[in-house]
Amino acid sequence: MVIYGTALLAFCMLVGLIVGQLLGDLLGIGKNVGGVGIAMLLLIVMSDWLRRRDRLPVPTQQGVLFWSSIYIPIVVAMAASQNVVKAATGGWLALLAGVASVVACLALVPLLSRIGSGQTTDPDTQTGDGK
Amino acid sequence: MSWPPDWLITLLEKNSLITAFFVVGSILWFSSFLSTTLTRGRIHGSAIAIFMGLALAYMGGIVMEGEKGFADVPLMAGIGLLGGSMFRDLAIVATAFGVRLQEFLATGLSGVISLILGIFISFLVGGLVAYGFGYRDAVSITTIGAGAATYIVGPVTGGALEASSEVIALSVAAGLVKSILVMTLTPFVAKSIGLDNPRSALIFGGLMGTTSGVAAGLAATDAKLVPYGAMTATFYTGLGCLLGPSLIFMLIKAIV
Repeated sequence: MVIYGTALLAFCMLVGLIVGQLLGDLLGIGKNVGGVGIAMLLLIVMSDWLRRRDRLPVPTQQGVLFWSSIYIPIVVAMAASQNVVKAATGGWLALLAGVASVVACLALVPLLSRIGSGQTTDPDTQTGDGK
Repeated sequence: MSWPPDWLITLLEKNSLITAFFVVGSILWFSSFLSTTLTRGRIHGSAIAIFMGLALAYMGGIVMEGEKGFADVPLMAGIGLLGGSMFRDLAIVATAFGVRLQEFLATGLSGVISLILGIFISFLVGGLVAYGFGYRDAVSITTIGAGAATYIVGPVTGGALEASSEVIALSVAAGLVKSILVMTLTPFVAKSIGLDNPRSALIFGGLMGTTSGVAAGLAATDAKLVPYGAMTATFYTGLGCLLGPSLIFMLIKAIV
């Protein structure tokens, strides 16, 4: 049944959020620490386990796949409910701080991708294939 | 009789989530139409849709003077529900379905490194900008730096350090700018920074940290990369809230 898949997804999300909340309380910040990430790991492990035991029929999978395929529309709705006006009225400081942090982090992506990517090449001797 | 009639508005408001499905579906249809006709597919339909969402959010914010952009229009309340954290997180978790565990574990270490580096770099850069604008006290510098991490780390850090409300507002604005930039910029720079495999997506998520920015940016680039980037990004805000008012504040205080 399709609902089994959605229920599995909901279970993983709730467990992840609970663990994330407990982790946040433990660290004394009252915020959820990685609840969604933990939920993702749980879903990966559980679906892998179910698949290997042949307990994941197509209808069950559809109950999860629907939600991952509706992801982009949800993201569009999320974009439409951002406080864009506030971002635009934050002045030069806010704009500069945002831009600078994005640029700095973007520049680091290729650098970090190369480090520890299996190949122990010196970052200075650019080999080109950072596999 | 005036158009639209009151009963129709009431009906649409009462079924706000359904109205949202229809509106968002229409936006996506129109975006992919623009993508194929105007750009011949060069700009991803979802990138255009996200941009249209942001434009609607701006207009909604101007008209309604609220905080939730387009979703503050009463008729569009369902957009706020559909785009809120509940459905967003459910959909993000769902993208992990079918991902192999080994792919995550193999890149685990670079994910952790990118997270820590991403947080420190954002505080550093944001703090430097604050310093450049004349802020000299460690509390304000740390709070604005926190805003350059994400728009949640900003007010949480500022609140813990008892920063002024003006500085907290600036940190939120900086975080919003970052999130919107990541949403719109990612598809255009993806190629030049090698953002085309799970590994670099994971690192990207850890460095950027803004869940909404990463979620939308990767969706507009290549939907297959979403689970990897979202995975690390969801740890970022919590970690930033942990390090900001403690370790990073002490470091900045020692320097200033």
